[in-house]
Amino acid sequence: MSRFLENFGAYWIGILERLGRATLFLFQLIAAIFSLVKRPSLLIKQLHATGVKTLSIVLVSGLFVGMVLALQAYNTLIDFGQEERIGTLVALTLVRELGPVVTGLLFAGRAGSAMTAEIGLMKATEQLSGLEMMAVDPFKRVFAPRFLAGFIALPMLAAMFSAVGVMGGHLVGVEVLGVDANAYWSQMQSSVSFTHDVCNGLIKGLVFGFVVSWISIFEGADCIPTSEGVSSATTRTVVYSSLAILGLDFLLTAVMF
Amino acid sequence: MSEAGETLVEIRDLHFSRGSKAIFRGLNIDIPRGKVTTILGPSGTGKTTLLKMIGGQLKASSGSITVDGLEVGKLSRKQLYDLRKRLGMLFQSGALLTDLSVFENVAYPLREHTDLPERLISHLVLMRLHAVGLRGAKDLSPAELSGGMARRAALARALVFDPMMIMYDEPFTGQDPISMGVLLELISTVNSALGLTSLMVSHDLEEAMSISDYLVIISEGTVVEAGSPEQLKSSSSEWVQQFLRGEPDGPVPFQAPAPDYETQLLGKLR
Amino acid sequence: MNSRTTEILVGFFMLLFFLAMFVLAMKVSNLTSLTSTEGYTVVAKFENIGGLKERARVSASGVRVGEVTQIVYDPENFEAIVTLKIQNTFNSFPLDTTASIYTSGLLGEQYIGLDPGAEEDFLQNDDEITLTQSAIVLERLIGQVLFSRSGGS
Repeated sequence: MSRFLENFGAYWIGILERLGRATLFLFQLIAAIFSLVKRPSLLIKQLHATGVKTLSIVLVSGLFVGMVLALQAYNTLIDFGQEERIGTLVALTLVRELGPVVTGLLFAGRAGSAMTAEIGLMKATEQLSGLEMMAVDPFKRVFAPRFLAGFIALPMLAAMFSAVGVMGGHLVGVEVLGVDANAYWSQMQSSVSFTHDVCNGLIKGLVFGFVVSWISIFEGADCIPTSEGVSSATTRTVVYSSLAILGLDFLLTAVMF
Repeated sequence: MSEAGETLVEIRDLHFSRGSKAIFRGLNIDIPRGKVTTILGPSGTGKTTLLKMIGGQLKASSGSITVDGLEVGKLSRKQLYDLRKRLGMLFQSGALLTDLSVFENVAYPLREHTDLPERLISHLVLMRLHAVGLRGAKDLSPAELSGGMARRAALARALVFDPMMIMYDEPFTGQDPISMGVLLELISTVNSALGLTSLMVSHDLEEAMSISDYLVIISEGTVVEAGSPEQLKSSSSEWVQQFLRGEPDGPVPFQAPAPDYETQLLGKLR
Repeated sequence: MNSRTTEILVGFFMLLFFLAMFVLAMKVSNLTSLTSTEGYTVVAKFENIGGLKERARVSASGVRVGEVTQIVYDPENFEAIVTLKIQNTFNSFPLDTTASIYTSGLLGEQYIGLDPGAEEDFLQNDDEITLTQSAIVLERLIGQVLFSRSGGS
């Protein structure tokens, strides 16, 4: 029994220790961001790696999610003779929830895991140590550009996801199911607020971008530098990021809407 | 400052432990300036750890390391980075940045720390690459290099800033005879031609003996023997003799520490 | 990949983002109607506003002329004070205009309808609409019908 308690305690202390390390890591990360002013090319490169490479999967998913939403909304609303409101339903669902959340999950799977694996491999192949021995701070040259790029790219991708989704809704609702195009857009416009809905959606994206990038980079830098270590760090990145996104989404929704 | 003495690196009563395992217990080493020094020892004695401590990546539990008059453990971050600019380190795997070409890898320290014009950088890099025989491979990516070539490229990178000391981490491990010969040649010419200090950790005895001026054998966290290759060969220590001849059993036992063999096997029957 | 291609692709990425924001601002949300928010505000006090919400439509003869910007409760007079913002182009509502709360359709949203009066002077910024008609609360309506029935018989 005492053995069990001992293990249990050690487990929780281990978690606290990791959380503490992750927090310290975050401070160093934020402090290092300011050095990017002198090296914008590093940021551009990472925006390409995180943003551009995630673009296609985000756009395709956005289109299909918008189409599915329109179809489901139509089937429900037709019973009340309110099928003209599918524009409202599609747009609000996308802008407030699915845009940031689904984009966040896709981003964690595509860009987050790639960041963890890349940094983990750099650690395993002594590249990070090598940088330090060349008097180059890995926080400034490796971690900060990735962090900032993830932070910026996620809300941008979320906005694109929502925009494409609304188009997908139009495609199914108006072109296929025959809802009046003007009604689709005007119902949408009268109930979606730019400041309240669109901007809050962007804020969600920013928060998710912050958390996912933080988790991905920390897991990479903190992993055990072996092939198993890197692979389990990558798995942890996807799991923790997804849980963090869903949990934070609930909190943010409760505060915002 | 650099004329201060014959000793470049001074390690005094160094203690370090990882978890509950003590790696160093009171290590004392003097590394002479301008010579090739090799630290020898069985696997797992913390030789790489020692290099990282000299470079300030790990901190000692107690004791001191002094490099060119500066105590590594007590430097501020900026002073440490200034010191590192004067040290070159060659990692076992080369540690080339995989997303840059060979040329850009060698140019990296210059681009990071100086504002030299592109033409000058190009000249400096090509000179170093020529010295290690890789001028023709400048546009390859590190993934396209063989292990030996990667190490040579990394050597060019370590040399590009004209360091006062260069540290080699196991430079000969896993090399075929030809690249081994190339590396041996490079290490000794670099040391004599550029007048720098070389510090090598290795367990490849013959190669280390052939190019080193001074050897230090460490085991179990302390120095067992130090001296020139000849002094070591005539050492009276049984331990050193076992190490030099590579005998499987001796002061370093073949068996890992274990309870008595007979009791362990028969204990349950009794 | 050389840095020029990377830069072009990132530029393309930024362009897509601006395009998406344009769609979200102009087509999806009400930013178009917000841009014409230059208008004057008037207040109206209602006994009961029913289900009226902020940003609800204000219309005259069924045409949108503005929106509800603020709803507060006045604890001294036990009334709801509703602030309306009316677009500058519609600046000729007489002082004795009536503001009523209507429901669009049987279950739809509630909005404010303005019925112009006959005064010579027009409503100005910060004026008050004194003639108001509260929302019709369905329960109360049913109650009244039942009461008048039982009273009549």
